[in-house]
Amino acid sequence: MDFLRPASWAEALAAKAEHPSAVPLAGGTDVMVEINFDHRRPEYLLDLQRIGELHTWDADGPDVRLGAAVPYTRIIDHLADELPGLALAARTVGSPQIRNRGSVGGNLGAASPAGDSHPALLAAGAEVEAESVRGTRLIPVEEFYTGVKRNALAPDELIRAVRIRKATGPQQFSKVGTRNAMVIAVCAFGIALHPGSRTVRTGIGSAAPTPVRARAAEEFLAAALDDGRLWDTRGPLGPAVAGEFAELASGACNPIDDVRGSAAYRRRAVGVMARRTLGWVWGAYRGNEGRGAACA
Amino acid sequence: MRVTFTVNGRVHEADDVWEGESLLYVLRERLGLPGSKNACEQGECGSCTVRLDDVPVCACLVAAGQAEGREVVTVEGLAERSGAPGGRLSPVQQAFVDAGAVQCGFCTPGLLVATDELLERHPDPSDADIREALSGNLCRCTGYEKILDAVRLAAARGGETARDGEAARP
Repeated sequence: MDFLRPASWAEALAAKAEHPSAVPLAGGTDVMVEINFDHRRPEYLLDLQRIGELHTWDADGPDVRLGAAVPYTRIIDHLADELPGLALAARTVGSPQIRNRGSVGGNLGAASPAGDSHPALLAAGAEVEAESVRGTRLIPVEEFYTGVKRNALAPDELIRAVRIRKATGPQQFSKVGTRNAMVIAVCAFGIALHPGSRTVRTGIGSAAPTPVRARAAEEFLAAALDDGRLWDTRGPLGPAVAGEFAELASGACNPIDDVRGSAAYRRRAVGVMARRTLGWVWGAYRGNEGRGAACA
Repeated sequence: MRVTFTVNGRVHEADDVWEGESLLYVLRERLGLPGSKNACEQGECGSCTVRLDDVPVCACLVAAGQAEGREVVTVEGLAERSGAPGGRLSPVQQAFVDAGAVQCGFCTPGLLVATDELLERHPDPSDADIREALSGNLCRCTGYEKILDAVRLAAARGGETARDGEAARP
């Protein structure tokens, strides 16, 4: 094994081009587990910790351009206004020690269907900035996940940043696990209201081979909000609308039975989380503190 | 490969380090600092918690090469760092002893490092702050109530020390 320690982003891209099998290493919270347990013996480890720009973000435009290695702790502390859904998801990652090291770039690189940031990215709307010595391309996050722990990166590409739409409306995130800390999601759900475009976006984690949007649920809800003129009146959502939304979200799942939960449980839990988080974001949009007021 | 970094204020060199080796392994097996414990090797238990450039991390998930040129604080360095006189425990360590927060002792080093960092950030933490800060450290003896007592005790004593210090000033 070789330990490659590029001092700059340009050097990192050159190293990845020369050694496409090199495994990028940032916080190590996934890669080091695989090495410790002998599940992986990469020929090259490509340490990205010393590349300063991967640890910074730019929140000046309509997007936050989040450096691939910004740890979750910094997202929670500094970006909760711009990226509330992602900050909520970040709070559920592992433990303080893990949140001090783990990053959204790492979550995307690993592309586990259970990665906590994915539902929030799908709901907010995001592109992955993939770069190689050949150039840069932006991959919509929903096209980035290609299979269980597989992503759309070419062998010579590295994740430079993630461009995430800044919130223009309420966002929520919910995760089911056996305890509150250090738990891999049994399943998770993210939702974001986008009042400007009068759309709703969602993300489901750990209930299909990849993170997915519940598109039928999104379209149904957007139509129901339009029909009832609810974006303007900010009136209450009927239980029938919430119930149908939950049903459609549940229908977007394609889960498996595994040690963390059964497929049937995951379908049911995603429906429950969809209904609850919708209640929370709609309550917030109406001007109530949605969460805590009423637990659906 | 050779890795050179600072541990508890002293520069250390480790030779023949395997590239996939963890910082934890280097500390325990190459530098003779077995205070940080090796248990889960997957970041679940917190018993290997150290400070890396001040930030609490699981040493089992840091590649040794990533520590090159950086500063690490382990449980072995807490007493000296706190300014305790030679051979004495740090206030946080003493509070753990006094509160009966040590049972089998395996989780203790990680908890001490995590608590030390918490009290640096939050000298007067709420119970919620304590639970959050220690949520990455498992105690399989399940002695959590005494551990919470110890953190409260250390915080209370820290407050007294700070007040004494102020009173002593002209």
